Amino acid sequence: MTPKHHPSDAMLVAYGAGSLGEALSLAVAAHLALCPVCRRAVADIDALGGVLLDELPPRPLEDDALARTLARIDAAPDRPAHGHNHGHTDGHATCGGPWPAPLAPYVGPAAETRWQRLAPGVRRISLLPRSRHGGTAQLLRIAPGTTLPHHGHGSLELTLVLSGSFADEFGRYAPGDIAEADAATRHQPIADTDQDCVCLIATDAPLRFTSLVSRLFQPLFGM
Amino acid sequence: MNVFSVIRCGCGCVSVDMTGTPAHSLEPPPAPPSPASELSAAIVAIARQNDRAAFARLFGHFAPRVKSYLMRLGVPPAQAEDLAQDTMLAVWNKAALYDPQRAEAATWVFTIARNLRIDALRRERHPEVSDEVLADTPDGAPGADTLVADGRRERALRAALATLPADQAEVVRLSFFADLAHPAIAERLRLPLGTVKSRLRLAMGKIRKALGDDEP
Repeated sequence: MTPKHHPSDAMLVAYGAGSLGEALSLAVAAHLALCPVCRRAVADIDALGGVLLDELPPRPLEDDALARTLARIDAAPDRPAHGHNHGHTDGHATCGGPWPAPLAPYVGPAAETRWQRLAPGVRRISLLPRSRHGGTAQLLRIAPGTTLPHHGHGSLELTLVLSGSFADEFGRYAPGDIAEADAATRHQPIADTDQDCVCLIATDAPLRFTSLVSRLFQPLFGM
Repeated sequence: MNVFSVIRCGCGCVSVDMTGTPAHSLEPPPAPPSPASELSAAIVAIARQNDRAAFARLFGHFAPRVKSYLMRLGVPPAQAEDLAQDTMLAVWNKAALYDPQRAEAATWVFTIARNLRIDALRRERHPEVSDEVLADTPDGAPGADTLVADGRRERALRAALATLPADQAEVVRLSFFADLAHPAIAERLRLPLGTVKSRLRLAMGKIRKALGDDEP
């Protein structure tokens, strides 16, 4: 089923242009695996990149650049095997494996044994603890009825629902849906069905909790 | 060829003026004798026949543009030179993955250069949906295949880009050439984040309209 909640155009442009950090890009890519509408949008944005590249004034290379590149081709005459970039694609097609394909290599094997208790009703697997640019990506598994602390965002946050669902002030999010929050947004998500909600949460900077009580949670969440 | 039968004005406008152009569409100009399809064919020739002459033509066209792209992003000239050569080496190595119905040559080269740049400069990866997954799940855009292969998508994009209002074009270019996501663009331009987001939304709306991709 096609998701109902999508990343903003601004987020998709940043993804296609390559100006988004790895953590947020991971959430966008995992959503793309589940969303033909956004795949088409990103294909258009890639094509826009192609046109922008093509229109740039050429900068000449060194005189021997072509010869050197051909020499490198000759030095390794057999092309690398094609198709499997990270060896994790088997069994992880759009709906075959437990995780969307782009996410699988980040989660790795035996995820079930690696959930760590973070707070009552909340468990976590850290995927990108802290990238070079301060972004983070983690899986959260939230028990039914659990309310996360009210939090605002110093910068960008994407939440992709993988199973179960949650709701916040802005709507209800089912598997494949992405909730986008930025400096203008504060929200308080609650897992609202009778099963655990598993979601991928990616940020480009640590989250900022807004109430005093929430601040007490912050060291727990480490977000 | 009657281009009006294939490129719709996204607003549903059907009025036609004396020059045969819908009143406010982003109609592409008549196709120039474009080398785009030759570049695309050159990548296929590399995949099929290890065609070195085809590779030399691609190199001549794209390597100086990739170098220009990288320098615009602040990469020092010597490193831009190396990364441009790396990009062209990847074009040779990955040629068999290229699908001329899915991407223009320039689009494909752009994505390779972008990913190498992220890897080399940020030491990060750019997670993507693999080509296998895409192949298994046709996106169902009617006519998208020929739209790409015969150069119409590229011409429509060029025309749409050329007619974007200056403030929208600016945020698009900062996204691609300054390595800035929307919050950083807002900071650079001293604008509210919402303004930058809405300019990007408007720009993409026009581009989708030009490509006939604005219907759900």
